[in-house]
Amino acid sequence: MAASPHTLSSRLLTGWVGGCVWYLERRAMQESPHKFMHLFRNINKQWITFQHFNFLKRMYVTQLNRSLNQQVKPKPEPVTSPFLEKTSSGQAKAEVHELRPISPPSLPLSRKANEKELIELESASVIEASIDVGNATKEEKQWKEMKLHVDDLPGILARLSKIKLTALVVSTTSAGFALAPGPFDWPCFLLTLLGTGLASCAANSINQFFEVPFDSNMNRTKNRPLVRGQISPLLAVSFATCCALPGVALLTWGVNPLTGALGVFNIFLYTCCYTPLKRISIANTWVGAVVGAIPPVMGWTAATGCLDAGAFLLGGILYSWQFPHFNALSWGLREDYSRGGYCMMSVTHPALCRRVALRHCLALIGLSTAAPILDVTTWTFPVISLPINLYISYLGFRFYRDADRKSSRKLFFCSLWHLPLFLLLMLTYYLLRGTRRRTVWKEHKNIYTSLQASSLSSAPGLFSCCNKRVYEN
Amino acid sequence: MASLRSGRRTVVSHLCRAFTGPGSHLAPERGAPRRDAAPSRVSRFCPPRKSCYDWIGPPDKCSNLRPVHFYIPENESPLEQKLRELRQETQEWNQQFWANQNLTFRKEKEEFIHSRLKAKGLGLRAESGQKATLNAEEMADFYKEFLSKNFQKHMYYNRDWYKRNFAITYFMGKVALEKIWNKLRLKQKKTIN
Repeated sequence: MAASPHTLSSRLLTGWVGGCVWYLERRAMQESPHKFMHLFRNINKQWITFQHFNFLKRMYVTQLNRSLNQQVKPKPEPVTSPFLEKTSSGQAKAEVHELRPISPPSLPLSRKANEKELIELESASVIEASIDVGNATKEEKQWKEMKLHVDDLPGILARLSKIKLTALVVSTTSAGFALAPGPFDWPCFLLTLLGTGLASCAANSINQFFEVPFDSNMNRTKNRPLVRGQISPLLAVSFATCCALPGVALLTWGVNPLTGALGVFNIFLYTCCYTPLKRISIANTWVGAVVGAIPPVMGWTAATGCLDAGAFLLGGILYSWQFPHFNALSWGLREDYSRGGYCMMSVTHPALCRRVALRHCLALIGLSTAAPILDVTTWTFPVISLPINLYISYLGFRFYRDADRKSSRKLFFCSLWHLPLFLLLMLTYYLLRGTRRRTVWKEHKNIYTSLQASSLSSAPGLFSCCNKRVYEN
Repeated sequence: MASLRSGRRTVVSHLCRAFTGPGSHLAPERGAPRRDAAPSRVSRFCPPRKSCYDWIGPPDKCSNLRPVHFYIPENESPLEQKLRELRQETQEWNQQFWANQNLTFRKEKEEFIHSRLKAKGLGLRAESGQKATLNAEEMADFYKEFLSKNFQKHMYYNRDWYKRNFAITYFMGKVALEKIWNKLRLKQKKTIN
């Protein structure tokens, strides 16, 4: 049976979703620009002459450059932090607050007459007071009322549930569903995606609920809703529950119990194993890789109802992909991890980190070869995917050998486009194997017939679609 | 300088009074003695009089945690008071831990850089006059050492943090249920009357 246009378009759509998501992820990596020009404008509002402005500019540049030569020794005050170097959270505003404790005599004033120096000293002190007031008012303006506005809620919940990551998870699930044998069933497909999406939202919300003080201390995560107080912990947990319960119910009764069980297991693995383990042992990376591997397996089981070799192949591909992706990412975050108390390979076992990343890049080549052996794709697939697999392996090797920020970033960004392209190729060469599906499906049909006799099939209407659909073909 | 500092305080206290007004029931007046005890940690922020919500501030310089100014309602129930006190205490505990952690990290990092530069025979400044730093690979030894040194400390912190987080959320749930229950009782009374 040749693939109908309808089937072809539906399968290609899932590939495109994956392709769009990696772009979203890449944009999410960009950091926000410094806001020190805003402060400059604030200072200018005070009454000030050109000399004073120069003096302030000099002081500000001093703090910004943080060089020992130009540094002004601050007066010993309890408020000042002793080290004026950049914190790993990179707060531009914190730099501005350093301006406050300055003792006038030690300032490098311009070479002028004594009277003018005196005037400058006095003016400097007054400016200092006005800057203090300015800083105090500015700080007060940054205080926000912890009142939840209904208009803001969708955005807040989207960030709480890490919607971009959820979209990526859902796209890998859709790939698993599309690559599974059997005719493509749209209702079942949509239910699977919805159920998996809800389960992912729940898991991500609980993860953020657990990690508030740690997220506050890392640059990458300091703007999360719970950190910023935009939502209360109770609301976060309630939201997670409201996503998890319907999500799992949808998967269990709308798709099949196996997919539901995998969904529950994955939520548990992510929230109760991976999240606490991040602070206990480097084993968290392997657990996290399993968490990432389960969604495509769920897609597969949603379509077929059983865990066969193809499911494990897809899971294996996602499992292996996690290592170059995460290990490369974690290489640039070592300082934050060390300070925050996270046990990551990149900090504790750097050589192992790079070795594992390379190992799994090479494993992807092996897994792509296993695809035709397991009748998931044609033999063209491993040949066509070889260039991208070799490229990521090459970058993995460079990362292993050079062990620097540049090679880690290259590997990370490569992993972002490698996965959707890999899955798209897999899908394409799967579709070119139309006749295979019917024969494989007949074997599974027996299992389904016995399932039909069980209580599951008594579920009414739409929700029994996934059990009925194949037997009618 | 002392006169200037007192001048600064006067200006800020004027601002505070302008915001809160004389007959305010908000925390600032009650909490002022508490706040003066730890001036370096707590900001002099006073929320507007009309507000009956908590207020959250910018991240603290040392701990990177955002301080919360808790609103004390006039008819605060014992449960609400317990929740507020737990949240206040957790906030202070958290602030202290992370401020200490971050300052220790910075201090030990500086010491490590100095010792490594000395071992290399380099001064603290490079030829250009810029402060000499080590690259990420040289710093990796420090990060590993710091992490393992603080491992036990983090284990105790993690355990306590999870306990407190669950407790706060649990009490938040109880308070929410209490409020709903009170509202329903009020409605019932109204319908009876």
